[in-house]
This record gives sequence, structure tokens and C-alpha cells, in this order.
Amino acid sequence: MSLLTYFFGSKPKTASVAKERLSLLIAHERSANQPTPDFLPALQRELIEVISKYVNVSADDIQVQLGKRDNYEILEVDITLPDQSK
Amino acid sequence: MARVIVVTSGKGGVGKTTTSASFSTGLALRGFKTAVIDFDVGLRNLDLIMGCERRVVYDLVNVINGEANLNQALIKDKHCENLFVLPASQTRDKDALSEEGVEKVLKELEHMGFDYIVCDSPAGIERGAVMALTFADEAIVVSNPEVSSVRDSDRILGILQSKSRRAVEGREAVKEHLLITRYAPKRVEEGEMLSYKDVHELLRVPLLGVIPESDDVLQASNQGSPAIHLKDSDVATAYQDVVARFLDEDRPLRFVNYEKPGLLKRIFGGK
Ligand SMILES: Nc1ncnc2c1ncn2[C@@H]1O[C@H](COP(=O)(O)OP(=O)(O)OP(=O)(O)O)[C@@H](O)[C@H]1O
Ligand SMILES: [Mg+2]
Repeated sequence: MSLLTYFFGSKPKTASVAKERLSLLIAHERSANQPTPDFLPALQRELIEVISKYVNVSADDIQVQLGKRDNYEILEVDITLPDQSK
Repeated sequence: MARVIVVTSGKGGVGKTTTSASFSTGLALRGFKTAVIDFDVGLRNLDLIMGCERRVVYDLVNVINGEANLNQALIKDKHCENLFVLPASQTRDKDALSEEGVEKVLKELEHMGFDYIVCDSPAGIERGAVMALTFADEAIVVSNPEVSSVRDSDRILGILQSKSRRAVEGREAVKEHLLITRYAPKRVEEGEMLSYKDVHELLRVPLLGVIPESDDVLQASNQGSPAIHLKDSDVATAYQDVVARFLDEDRPLRFVNYEKPGLLKRIFGGK
């Protein structure tokens, strides 16, 4: 630390660095401990089949994810419907 | 029904034993019949912090092995009417604990009419720590505002959610509480230490309290009297608040904001 930063105080805030590192690490370690169930790809495929009977969607338009929030497991299905005007 | 509460952390030296001693004392002072069990087999310390080290005759392992009964092993606290200490063995290792043995002891304590059973966990994520949390109904996860402690807290939360009896049997999950200890508001203010809000946000467990960093804790352990007994001490007040919140009373957080010393104090110094 130089004399100038000592007097004018522009020390890097290490706490925010710590928080950022931890939030990445914890998210990573939590997902690593969570075995991805093997039915997800099949579920995604079948969802595409069913939905594409009614609307025009492709494999990229459907995301299936298993997550955890507090004590609940959450199955997240994200479907992007095609633009109606097209 | 007795409630079993484990005080755990993953990382060592963060304040589990200090917390177990003060928390169990606080419950007993509120009139609940409370037992506090040292699960740190091979490295017992709770007896010293509670000030009953010279009265240890039998320990947890003796009871599990049938070499003594619970009445012989339980040590009545010298300050509180309703508080009993079950020390750990000093000469054995953690393999001396069996799940059946621990379960038997907890059941018996319940039959003896205990309201709360506080389990002081050893550090780590191995057998001893798992044994301490296996039968927990609630968990106090002790964390310091520091990277390795927060990470280890998250590990131990994962273990609670997978290895506790409640998890294995698919019953209602262990109720988790976050307790942040050794908190230094000045260092937080200066951006050198994670704030309690940061830690809370990272771990996402309901916050039971924040215990400030204080020299008083050393004074308490020197004398073998849990910190919650100290007069005019922020640490004692903070632990009393923790007990109150645990009992569902509303208590705002204290000692989390740094109050700048006045000008005179800054010029002339002082503590
Ligand atoms: N709030 C506090 N302020 C200052 N020092 C503290 C505080 N809490 C605990 N300590 C000190 O930190 C050290 C470790 O505390 P303690 O023995 O309670 O931790 P522990 O988690 O039980 O350790 P272990 O993992 O070895 O069992 C002790 O020297 C204790 O006096
Ligand atoms: Mg300890």
C-alpha cells in the first residue's frame, strides 16, 4: 500500500472479492453434489414431441433443468414459443 | 418430546463449543431441562468450558458400552438447576461411537424428561461429526465471516440434508439455523470482512444470530463459566438473544454495526 492510498483510502475491498469467489464456488459445489438424474434427456425429447404437435418448436427451444432452492427440488422447464407474427 | 439440536460447522475452531456451552446454559436458564453432550471423542473440551472438568468420572463412551449408566455419567452444572453435561471420552477415538449406541443414549435422555439435548459436534465431516448430527431435529451451523468457514458450512449443510436420520427416512427436514460468530463490525465496515448479510445470502439459511468477536470469550473460558453468564458483555447479550430467537421471540440484531469512536477518543486513544 502506498503512502497516498494510505491517506486517501482506496484500498481494494477484499470482502467483496471473497463474496464473489464464494458464490461461484458454492454454486459449483452444490451442483456437483447433485447427480443429474438420467431421465432428463428423455424427458426433454418427449416434451418436444408433445409440444411440437401443437406449436412449432425445436430442441433448442426447450430447456429442462433440475435445481434446488432451500429444501425443495425444482424441475424447471423453459419453453420458448415461436413468435406468433411469423 | 425432547428436541435434539446439533451445533456443527465443518471447519474447526469457529466457536461450536463456546456456542454449545452458552446456548445450553441459556435454555436451562429459561427453565428447560437441558443436556449438553460433547461428541468430540478423543479431544474433549466442553467440560473445561463448562467448568466441570474435575467432576468427570464417566463419559459418553462408557454409557454406550454399558460401563456406566446415564445417571452416573451426567454432571449437574454448578450454575444452573436444569443443566447437565455429558462429557466425551478422552482416551478413545471416534470409532467408539455407534449409531445404535448414540440413539440409545438420546432415547434414554428423552425418557428422563429432558426438553432439549444439545450436541457439540467435533470439526470435520467424518464419522464423529456425522454421528453428532445423525439424530438432530435442528441444527445450528456456526460460521465465521471468512471464506473457508463459509465453504465448510455449506458442506456440512449438504451432509445434514443427506445423512441425518430425518433425511434418510424422508421425514421433515432438519431445521437449520445460521449463527455467525467472531464478527467484527469495524472490519466489515472497512470492507475487510464478509458482512453477516453476505454470509446469510451465500448460505441461504435463516439467521439465528451474530456473536461479536470479543476478548470476553477468553475470560469466560479461563474461568470455566459459559460466556452467556458474563455481566455487561456484548457476547453474553448476543447469546441471550440467540436463545430468545430460538424460542421464537422477536429480537432485533445487535452489535452488527460499527459505531465510530468520538473525536476525543480518536485523538487520545483508548479501547
Ligand atoms: N465470539 C468470540 N470472540 C472471540 N473469540 C472467540 C469467540 N468465539 C470463540 N472464540 C475463541 O475461538 C476458539 C475456538 O472456539 P471453540 O473451542 O468454541 O471452537 P470449536 O468450533 O468448538 O473448535 P473445535 O472445532 O476445535 O471443536 C477459542 O479459543 C475461543 O475462545
Ligand atoms: Mg469444540
